[in-house]
Amino acid sequence: MIAAVGQVVRRDLLLAVRQRADVVNTLLFFVVVVTLAPLGVGPEINTLRTIAPGVVWVAALLASILSLNRLFALDFADGTLEQLLLTREPLAAIVLGKVAAHWLVTGLPITAMAVPLAVMFDLPRAQAATLVLALLCGTPALSLLGAIGAALTLGLRGGGVLVSLLVLPLNVPILIFGAGAVEAVAGGLSAQAHLLLLAALSLATSVLAPWAIAAALRISLE
Amino acid sequence: MSSTARAEGGVHLFRFAAPAEFYRLAGRLTPWFAALSIVLAVIGLYIGFFAAPTDAQQGESYRIIFIHVPAAWMAMFLYVVMALWAGVGLVFNTRVSAMLASAIAPTGALMAFIALWTGALWGRPTWGAYWVWDARLTSTLILLFLYCGFIALHSAIDDPRRADKAAAVLALVGVVNVPIIYFSVQWWNTLHQGASVRPGGSSMAGIMVAAMLVMVFAFWMYAIAAVLHRVRSVVLEREQRNEWAQAVVVARGGK
Amino acid sequence: MNWGSFSNFLAMGGYGGFVWGAYGVTAVLIAAEIFALRARRRRAVQEVASRSRGQG
Repeated sequence: MIAAVGQVVRRDLLLAVRQRADVVNTLLFFVVVVTLAPLGVGPEINTLRTIAPGVVWVAALLASILSLNRLFALDFADGTLEQLLLTREPLAAIVLGKVAAHWLVTGLPITAMAVPLAVMFDLPRAQAATLVLALLCGTPALSLLGAIGAALTLGLRGGGVLVSLLVLPLNVPILIFGAGAVEAVAGGLSAQAHLLLLAALSLATSVLAPWAIAAALRISLE
Repeated sequence: MSSTARAEGGVHLFRFAAPAEFYRLAGRLTPWFAALSIVLAVIGLYIGFFAAPTDAQQGESYRIIFIHVPAAWMAMFLYVVMALWAGVGLVFNTRVSAMLASAIAPTGALMAFIALWTGALWGRPTWGAYWVWDARLTSTLILLFLYCGFIALHSAIDDPRRADKAAAVLALVGVVNVPIIYFSVQWWNTLHQGASVRPGGSSMAGIMVAAMLVMVFAFWMYAIAAVLHRVRSVVLEREQRNEWAQAVVVARGGK
Repeated sequence: MNWGSFSNFLAMGGYGGFVWGAYGVTAVLIAAEIFALRARRRRAVQEVASRSRGQG
């Protein structure tokens, strides 16, 4: 089973590398959205420092949702997805592999991108480090929850808007703890509780979500 | 199909899993729940407006809780019930359970909206602003989004069975997340705002609680009546090609 | 609770706008739901009736 999951991850990563545009566009979208906030709010640096965690996290949420269509849609279009459903390997494991690959090309780059963005908002080093750590702990859960939405809406007209409507409310806890972690450090407190909660959410989601995603895929494909 | 089940005895309740039987049952029950809700509402509002005194801190504005709290509780309760029926429909592959779940959603969403609207109008005189991002109202807003997501997903899928099952998965994922969302919003709120005002001050007079509880039951009976009425329409819409549905409609003179 | 007069009852100690705004909109929304429920039933019944006529 591990070998099969490894194969799925490797294949998806290869496809992502070959279609670099998707991955790069998601990252660009993330940066553009973050840049919009100061343009909307004004360049007063104290305000920007305060809103930075929230803005970066909201942008991360949006970017991760918009990148979801490539998770299943491409395989759905060329029939690979149906093949995956028919293999003897447990669908939940395969799905976990696909989501892991998705996170490696979206969540992870977003986390890395947070470093220069923290500079844009003049975040002190401790807060910037917390932001990166929080994104690292929380973005896996974003990918997993988003995958549920993507699986449920496979082939539907609603597009990204429908998936967003379904998934964004579920992402609220991650947003709260993720931004809250940086705000805690900004207030001189420890972000340990926030980060542990984020990690716990990601872990719990990685165990439970694959079943929901697999069920959703079966429903969408029958 | 259902008549042989009746003849065999056994577990009688399962006969209501057949749309035709459930349609009849719902039709018989709806008027009772509607009547109950009206009676309870009259009693509750009478106690609330004519027996309950003026509140020491909030004056007369607190009387909004007699519809705010019932609506909020119903919004939460109906979501859980909806997820329950959706789960039953998913596990046992029963159509009626799924139809019930889809019938609950609009009423649940309406309850959430009423909770938000009345909460805002109560918040303005109490806290000075229509919306203060307190934990409970914010959680209710997210609950409204969850309802809307359920309805949106269900309407986006043409095939009724796929729609039922997909929405069921969404409802189950949602119901697992609701406690987490509620907890995180509580955390978020207390860190930013400190203690929030509780309804009616630190303790509500017994008569106020009584009126509120009567209204909770009134809303509950109304919700059941509305859902049963709606599910009958859902059954007819889905079963229109079947003889029993056409016979029923023709027998009632197309009423 | 003795309101004294109907105008006192309407005024709600100065909070009349908020209280009746809350109750009023709630009543309107519930009425709208009931109206929509009946409309949906009427449409469903008509569809079934026309389908049975078409086949009968």
